[in-house]
Amino acid sequence: MSGMITPRNAFVAAVIVVLALIPVYAAMTGNTFMMTLFTRIIILAIAAVSLNLIMGFGGMVSFGHAAYLGIGGYVIGILAKEGINTGFVQWPLALLVSGLFALGVGALSLRTRGVYFIMITLAFAQMVYYIANGLDRYGGDDGLTIHKRSEFGGLLNLSNRTVFYYVCLVLLLATVYVVWRIINSRFGAVIQGARSNDRRMRAIGFPTFRYKLVCFVIAGVICGLSGALLANHTNFISPAMMHWTRSGDLIVMAVLGGMGSVFGPVIGSVALLVLEETLPHLIGFASHVITGKEVVAAKEYWQLILGPMLLLIVLFARGGIDGLIASARRG
Amino acid sequence: MADALLKVSGLTKRFGGVVASDDIVLDVARGELHAIIGPNGAGKTTLIGQLTGEIRPDAGRVHFDGQDITELQVYERSQLGLARSFQITSLFLDFTALDNVALAVQAHAGHSFHFWDDARRSRELREPARDALKRVGLADRGDVLVSNMSHGEHRQIELAMALATKPRMLLLDEPMAGLGPDESSRMVRTLRELKRELTILLIEHDMEAVFALADRITVLVCGRVIASGSPSAIRTNAEVRQAYLGEQEVVTDAGAAHV
Repeated sequence: MSGMITPRNAFVAAVIVVLALIPVYAAMTGNTFMMTLFTRIIILAIAAVSLNLIMGFGGMVSFGHAAYLGIGGYVIGILAKEGINTGFVQWPLALLVSGLFALGVGALSLRTRGVYFIMITLAFAQMVYYIANGLDRYGGDDGLTIHKRSEFGGLLNLSNRTVFYYVCLVLLLATVYVVWRIINSRFGAVIQGARSNDRRMRAIGFPTFRYKLVCFVIAGVICGLSGALLANHTNFISPAMMHWTRSGDLIVMAVLGGMGSVFGPVIGSVALLVLEETLPHLIGFASHVITGKEVVAAKEYWQLILGPMLLLIVLFARGGIDGLIASARRG
Repeated sequence: MADALLKVSGLTKRFGGVVASDDIVLDVARGELHAIIGPNGAGKTTLIGQLTGEIRPDAGRVHFDGQDITELQVYERSQLGLARSFQITSLFLDFTALDNVALAVQAHAGHSFHFWDDARRSRELREPARDALKRVGLADRGDVLVSNMSHGEHRQIELAMALATKPRMLLLDEPMAGLGPDESSRMVRTLRELKRELTILLIEHDMEAVFALADRITVLVCGRVIASGSPSAIRTNAEVRQAYLGEQEVVTDAGAAHV
């Protein structure tokens, strides 16, 4: 509450500015890889923000959140394969199917708690994963190439990298804003109250189940959007989009960036994916310095460095990177 | 009793071989403060659980204001105006005191499917919450995180939350538990004020408080009601004396005792 310009807000603003300037940098240097990487970061950040709505604020640890990435993606891919390329049909349908799936999963899983909740969400995600594996018409486990990105008439040309990048960025910022409004609304108060003390919430008169279910559906819809973007980004769908390790990645992003704030998972997404790209190079460089030549095999062990970093964050900075920066001022 | 706000008849609950509630009959008249006492293990908490809806009885009915609420959910009973405070403090620890109470106000201010406007800026929620805090003597503690407050203050907030739901009846589960002498007497003062406008069912171990406040007392032993009546009738009841055995003196003297 002490003014708008805190180190933390400045950091958030800096992250947004950097994200906004990536295409400019890429255009100047001709670095298309940078564009690809950051488009992906932004898309997965949307998924991580949606996961954090239920996990960080609602206390519902879903271990099957990647299922919505897959569902969103498959709706795009299947429609494209069947010759329906208009985004005005593809995208709303991707969100709708994701929402309906979340409704079903939530209706069952929210009757349980703790480990059982985690396991049921995981089980549903695995189910969708194997269904996608069995869809021979749509590539089975090999996946399916999407030949045309979603078309929005003359409105937007998603095949243009830069346009697509900014569409993703605007959708990410919109997602963060919407989730932030939700968190501070009456609905958000109920969700956070239920995380803190569900029994007491019922005692003071809240039917918490239906609020949690609606929250679960909202998160599913937003993640479905992320899936629709991801399919357009890679021009490809495959069951790997919703492998359970992907659900794990989303949890890591939220924890790493900070579950206590709406923006935390965005920081986590940037941090995790940038580390994933740069750590192998750093290891290669270090091996070059130490042994005189690059030890290629050593590069594969980048997770040996990421693991302890995560451990330190979880042990010593429960608010994630975002929490660290927010408390830095007190030093 | 014609004018009973809460009417319990034949309430029975078994846990395995233990009969926690044995054919309990209880009437709480409108406007009275009705206390339930009994030794440890008498089934007081099981009884309150059945009144709030957290425990389903095996037999018997519970009527509130003429309506059969035996099958109603916890939140539905709260919506009807039956509020409770918890024996073990059960607050939202990572929220401020005002946020806690405002949440209780919100529970009774229509549905909460409002996704956009800032709940903390809602007068409709904040004003009644502030009033409730004021009534329990915590007017200037609203912005403090509950986790940073004392046990005594927690008990006050518990009460403020129950009040904030605009109840017609309060179920208070040992509101004095763990309070120091000063805090206890403050709580007794607060309850004395509340009983002027609310019907209260009080479960309490503090005999001094019970005999000071109650209009009627029901004594529960081993899940059964062994006596029910005015404080003076209970004080002289032979069966009650026998049930309390060693604690006999406490019961006998409580009315006149001084600290």
